Amino acid sequence: MIVGNQKSLAEIKEIVAPYKNLLILGCGTCVKTCFAGGEDEVATLSSALRLGFKKDGKEILIQELTIERQCEDEFIQEAAENINSNDAVLSLACGAGVQAIAKRFKSVPVMPGLNTTFIGILEKQGLFTEECVGCGDCRLAQFGSVCPIARCSKKLLNGPCGGSKNGSCEVDAETDCAWQLIIDRLKALGQLNNLKAYVQPKDWRSSNAGGPRKLVREDHII
Amino acid sequence: MNNSIISKLHGVLARGDFAVTSECGPPRGADPDVISRKSGLLKNCVDAVNVTDNQTAIVRMSSIAASAHLLQNGLEPVMQMVTRDRNRIALQSDIMGAYSLGIRNILCLTGDHQTFGSQPDALNVFDIDSIQLIRTLCEMRDKGRDMSGFDLKSPPRMFIGAAANPFADPFEFRIIRLSKKIEAGADFIQTQCVYNVERFREWMKTAHEEGLTEKAHILAGITPLKSAGMARYMADRVAGMDVPETIIKRMDGVPKNRAIEEGTRICLETIAALREIKGVHGIHIMAIEWEEKVAEIVGAAGLLPRPDIN
Repeated sequence: MIVGNQKSLAEIKEIVAPYKNLLILGCGTCVKTCFAGGEDEVATLSSALRLGFKKDGKEILIQELTIERQCEDEFIQEAAENINSNDAVLSLACGAGVQAIAKRFKSVPVMPGLNTTFIGILEKQGLFTEECVGCGDCRLAQFGSVCPIARCSKKLLNGPCGGSKNGSCEVDAETDCAWQLIIDRLKALGQLNNLKAYVQPKDWRSSNAGGPRKLVREDHII
Repeated sequence: MNNSIISKLHGVLARGDFAVTSECGPPRGADPDVISRKSGLLKNCVDAVNVTDNQTAIVRMSSIAASAHLLQNGLEPVMQMVTRDRNRIALQSDIMGAYSLGIRNILCLTGDHQTFGSQPDALNVFDIDSIQLIRTLCEMRDKGRDMSGFDLKSPPRMFIGAAANPFADPFEFRIIRLSKKIEAGADFIQTQCVYNVERFREWMKTAHEEGLTEKAHILAGITPLKSAGMARYMADRVAGMDVPETIIKRMDGVPKNRAIEEGTRICLETIAALREIKGVHGIHIMAIEWEEKVAEIVGAAGLLPRPDIN
């Protein structure tokens, strides 16, 4: 999923301060799952903002709405009326959702309520971890399904570096050394020899280094 | 690589002499006199001097410029180059530029992560890793081609070095990594500081059995200890460092004003032990901001005068 984290109340207050009628728009898929931008978070944030502005002696009318996904037209249209009837939208979707709404409603300011952090998983209760950077050329098969681009602090393809200690990364002892994981897994799979071969420099064109990416699916074009 | 001698360091190692290299950290400023002063301290007691490349991710004078200053002062640099700060375009360009300035030795590194440095808010690059950099240099030199396959009119010919840490985890993978560096084209290897001679001997034995000591010259790292505090700091805080308890105890066991003496004694004992290990072709003395110590250590170790290579 796309993992996001809600911005601080102070930052959100600053962003929305110029507006009197505000729609707080939640997103019911990824960011709901990571407890950052679903229905519950929309409700909590709305109450906190109402209270905060009231304390400051400022009036603001907040409308709440959560749609299934802010990155798909089918759902975005469900919010059209609410968006058009407010001065601004505070979107609790990921960066893609925020921009999708903004693209479709040119005269309404749309602002982010979250910091979109990474493509990751719920590792355990209360802990989300980054697993993928969306580089566009997946090599997980080679590395025992542990991604050195996303999970090694130095993106080493011929790792590990000299800072791997007791399975931890030198950058942060709480972070697993991706190369230790790669080695352990390939050893368990009897494929450690995979790592003896030189790995070529990565062709970054498939990543965002090649500029904004598009995916064209001819078979889906009507 | 054809057999012609590329650098003084190459010459020393090629004829089977025991090589001595040390290190010079460029200043956090633009004054070339700092390099001149350090050059004076190292002259005639080492074969070549490593010039660090923004070590520990702290911004300093560039290793290319500082290497050029060393050359002007009559010392041979081993220019360190990290892949943290430059993408493949900048790396290749800087290699050619360095060669044009007379720099003939290079040590290829990935580099300390920027979060350790003074500007942790920086964006890192890591476009390629150290092994890919070694391969790049090797192909430039031996095939005359850059990474795109373009035939270079006058390719840089560098004596290529790599670092190895025999003490980092996972231990069983360390030899595979060394082997990958040598296969990629490393001519010489400089290791992490050796305090745990036994563990180092074990690593060297495996390297020897794998035939790696025949393919590359291994220079063992040495860092003289100044105090018990330094020993403990390195043991606990420096990633990939193995300082055995016995060493810390020895440093702890002497009064503070005798610590440097004890540190030097440990250092000389280590050098003596390393010289007995098959496949160790030299030492690399990293006396961090303590360049004046190097001449004393090299002299006391019986490694002076340095061979004359021209």
